[in-house]
Amino acid sequence: MEHGSITDVRSSTFSLMDEDHTLANSVRFTLNQDPRVEFCGYSIPHPSENRVNIRVQTTGDPAKEVFKDALQNLLVMSQHVRTTFDRAVQDYRAQPHNTIGSDGRL
Amino acid sequence: MKKASVMDIPDVPKGQLPPHLELQRTRVLCGSDAPTHSEGIQYSGAYASMGIDNSLRLDDFCNKFRVEIIQLTEDEMEFDMIGIDASVANAFRRILIAEIPTMAIEKILMVNNTSVIADDVLSHRIGLIPLDVDPRLFEYLSGNDSPNERNTIVFKLHVSCKKSGPRITVKSDQLKWLPNGSELEMASPNPSAKPKSYTSFTCSQDSLPEFSNKPIGLKHEDIIVAKLGPGQEIELEAHAIKGLGKTHAKWSPVATAWYRMLPEVVLLEDVEGELAEELVKKCPVNVFEDIEDLATGKKKAVVANPRACTLCRECILKIESTGALPPEVLFSEAVKVLEDKCDRVISELS
Repeated sequence: MEHGSITDVRSSTFSLMDEDHTLANSVRFTLNQDPRVEFCGYSIPHPSENRVNIRVQTTGDPAKEVFKDALQNLLVMSQHVRTTFDRAVQDYRAQPHNTIGSDGRL
Repeated sequence: MKKASVMDIPDVPKGQLPPHLELQRTRVLCGSDAPTHSEGIQYSGAYASMGIDNSLRLDDFCNKFRVEIIQLTEDEMEFDMIGIDASVANAFRRILIAEIPTMAIEKILMVNNTSVIADDVLSHRIGLIPLDVDPRLFEYLSGNDSPNERNTIVFKLHVSCKKSGPRITVKSDQLKWLPNGSELEMASPNPSAKPKSYTSFTCSQDSLPEFSNKPIGLKHEDIIVAKLGPGQEIELEAHAIKGLGKTHAKWSPVATAWYRMLPEVVLLEDVEGELAEELVKKCPVNVFEDIEDLATGKKKAVVANPRACTLCRECILKIESTGALPPEVLFSEAVKVLEDKCDRVISELS
C-alpha cells in the first residue's frame, strides 16, 4: 500500500507485506539507476514483522509510476538473466568436458 | 561576457571518467584491514558534474551481461555472472535458500516406538531426510484441504530387532513408499461405519504418468535414522508435503548457495628473483606461478590462478543442491520467483 500526500505526488512511501531484503534491496538498486529519482531507500520497521517500507522521492514524475517502472525493469532484467543462463547451460552441455581430477585441477 | 560552461574547459575529460575514479566505480579494493568501496556507486546522478551518465540502460545491461559456467554436475554447479550487481545476486541467493518449494516429511503417525530415540527426536530426524521428487508436480496442502494424491506423499517405516539377534541400524532405505495412501485407520465414533483413513487418495500414485516410470524414493539410501537393540521396534507412517525453506530448513532445496566477487590480483610492481620464489611458495592456493624472464635470466612472479584466491563488479555464484532438483533448474526457478514477486507488487500498485 502507498502512503503519500494528495498534493505532492512526487514522494511517497510504499509499505509491502510479506517482503524482506530479497526484493527490497534489488528494487532499491534499480530505482537508484533511474535518473528521475531524487532519493530512494528501504527500511524494515521490525524484523519479527514481515513488512518493508520503500521510500521514493522523484524530480517531478509521480512516485507510483517511477516505482512501477523500476519493478518492470527488474522484471525484464531477471527474464534476461534467465534466458542467458539457460542458453549458457545448453552450450555447456553441448561441449565435451574433461572431468576434474582428484587434486581439483583439470 | 559569454558564460563558459565547465564542460568546455579543455582538460576536463568528457564521456570518460579519469582512471582512478573508474577503478573506484567498478572494483572493490581490499585494504590491509578491510575492503573499501564495497558499496556500488548506484546513484544515477553521481557523476553528473563530470558529464557522465551513471544511469542503468536496460539495453546496456542486456548487451554486457554474460554467464560463464565453470562446473556443472548432477549435484553442484559453479558459474560466473558478469555485469550484474551484488544486490541482485544476493536476491537470487536468498531465494535459492528460502523460497523455492520442495517436498519434505511433515507429519508422522507413530504406531509403536520402543527404541531409545524419543518420538520427537526421531520425527525431527526423519523430517530432515531429502526426498528425490520434483516438487513442481505437487500442490500445497493448506489448512482446509484433505490430504490426497496431489499434495501428499506417504511413507512407511516398520523395523524390529529380534530378541536374540544383534543390534541393527535403521537406514533411510527402510522408508517404503506407499502409493495408495495411508494404511492406518482413524478412530471412528461409530463402530459399524467403514473406518476412514488418514488420507483420501482417489487413485494410486503410481498410476499417474509421472511416477509410473520413476517411483518416489529418497535421494540418499544410507542415512542412519536410528539404532535398535534386541526386542525394540519402530512402526510409523510419514506424510510429506510441499513447503518453503522460509518455514523450516528441511524444505530448503540447496545444501548451500553462496556467491563472491571474482578476485583480480594485480601485482603493483614486478617481483623478481628469490622474492618471486618465496611468493609462489607462500600462497596456500597456488595463485602465483614462476616464469622465466628470458631476457634477464631472472624469474618473475605471475598471477596464474586468480580464481583460487580467497580475497570488478563480477560475481562467482556456487550452488550445491540436496538432490531433488538439479542445480541449473533451481537457479531458473529462483529467477522465476523473483519475477513473480515483481509481478505481484506491480499488480497490487495498479
